[in-house]
Amino acid sequence: MRVLVPVKRVIDYNVRPRVKADGSGVDLANVKMSMNPFDEIAVEEAIRLKEKGKASEIVAVSVGPAKAQETLRTALAMGADRAILVETEEAVEPLGVAKILKAICDEEQPGLVVMGKQAIDDDSNQTGQMLAALTGRPQGTFASKVEVEGEHVTVTREVDGGLETVRLALPAIVTTDLRLNEPRYASLPNIMKAKSKPLAVKSPADYGVDVAPRLTVLKVAEPPVRQAGVKLGSVDELVARLKTLGVVA
Amino acid sequence: MTALVLVEHEGGAVKDATLAAVTAAARLGAVHALVAGEGADARSAAEAATKIAGVEKVLLAADPAYAHMLPENVAPLAAQLMAGYDAFVAPATTTGKNVAPRVAALLDVMQLSDVIGIEGAKEGGRTFVRPIYAGNAIATVESRDAKLVLTVRGTAFARAAAVGGSAAIEDVTGPGDAGLSSFVGIEATKSERPELTSAKIIVSGGRALKDAATFEQLIVPLADKLGAAIGASRAAVDAGYISNDSQVGQTGKIVAPELYIALGISGAIQHLAGMKDSKVIVAINKDADAPIFQIADVGLVGDLFAIVPELTSKLQY
Repeated sequence: MRVLVPVKRVIDYNVRPRVKADGSGVDLANVKMSMNPFDEIAVEEAIRLKEKGKASEIVAVSVGPAKAQETLRTALAMGADRAILVETEEAVEPLGVAKILKAICDEEQPGLVVMGKQAIDDDSNQTGQMLAALTGRPQGTFASKVEVEGEHVTVTREVDGGLETVRLALPAIVTTDLRLNEPRYASLPNIMKAKSKPLAVKSPADYGVDVAPRLTVLKVAEPPVRQAGVKLGSVDELVARLKTLGVVA
Repeated sequence: MTALVLVEHEGGAVKDATLAAVTAAARLGAVHALVAGEGADARSAAEAATKIAGVEKVLLAADPAYAHMLPENVAPLAAQLMAGYDAFVAPATTTGKNVAPRVAALLDVMQLSDVIGIEGAKEGGRTFVRPIYAGNAIATVESRDAKLVLTVRGTAFARAAAVGGSAAIEDVTGPGDAGLSSFVGIEATKSERPELTSAKIIVSGGRALKDAATFEQLIVPLADKLGAAIGASRAAVDAGYISNDSQVGQTGKIVAPELYIALGISGAIQHLAGMKDSKVIVAINKDADAPIFQIADVGLVGDLFAIVPELTSKLQY
């Protein structure tokens, strides 16, 4: 079974995003970029499926700028077998990405697509579900456990009230939540080896997909700042203050 | 414009997050509600939905295929019904987030996720406000799609009154079971406490609580006394003090209670994104420079292990 793992290059998890002064977006110039953390978990899960003998080949895919090659090389260094970059300098919305991934699924016929539940830049949480809709396949979103058995995958999902388990017919789309696994670090020899693994560069037009945006960003602003309050000296003062504020009896 | 709101329900009752979605949908135009589910549970949820203020009609799709809101079955139903609507509005819960993008893709439209504001008071507004980068930036976006699909953050809109409405129920049918997926089970978090997302008071603990036993010893008595829900930072969850469904933050639950008490929580960006809309924030931490104090209304610097038991004993409830 082939596993497809879409990955996105985003601002690094540890970097605090700065809104541009003109309100047109977030400043990405000279900012450290990394693989979306949920996608790293997806790559790790695919590798574990291969190690267990459930997957035969892992194909990493990214839709993004030329520099997303670095993100794909990271996936290859972790253990993916080959990569496809669908290169575009324009921002592509989740619906556009899902359409490109649908076209790649038609070509590659993966048994499973494993991807992050959301990217930490636009926080959309849509692409996996949209890909599932477009391919007409089932989805196991927010996965904390994935078990492939024969023609089915059983997915435990992190939902508001606890953990839900669903059984899906393969091929299926799984989106990862934080606690599915802890991604490995790529070793130096594997980073060197990844440089010679195949990486195909395509364009959205190669797949005949219209990726024109449907949403117009009118402005991006800093969130409202909450003012710091007072620091008190004792529990008695705290209890008195809470009573004054009317939040405790 | 007429909007169709996806009703989230459990045990025949409408969940609170739906009520905020109704308020948001009412900003767009007339509101109809969709109850998808099985048998008597779905019918009683539909009856409850008829009473929500502002809902003009309730569509009831009663079919075992819709029992657990499996998106493979519910999304085609919603997409089919959308022929008669201009907007599909779902609460930004794990259920809404699971179903709505699937509906959007079937309709070939881009979803607006986690909407916290709708601009322009007049009917037919297509400009929406939503957080990006874990709430570190706020984007205002306009949709060019023929139909709108949005998920709505429950803490950003007032809840519509659960009573006072008198809508009619219309039975509808959809494509039924797509045969792609089945529900195996749910391991529900059992608790006598209020749910995090609807609690008036939340007592939340961080990594400074040391371990699961200490977390329980300090947090539970205070939460009991206040009738509060229990939350946690991601650090506390990752350290195994408490299960992940208690996590407050961008990667966990977004909450906005009347009172949020943060104990031993330093205030990482991703945690603040989940609770900064709380009405009153109290922080207790031994580190006077912890970022949590920059947003707390009331702070107390000191040793949790002394302060929390003292606070618990001094609060009358």
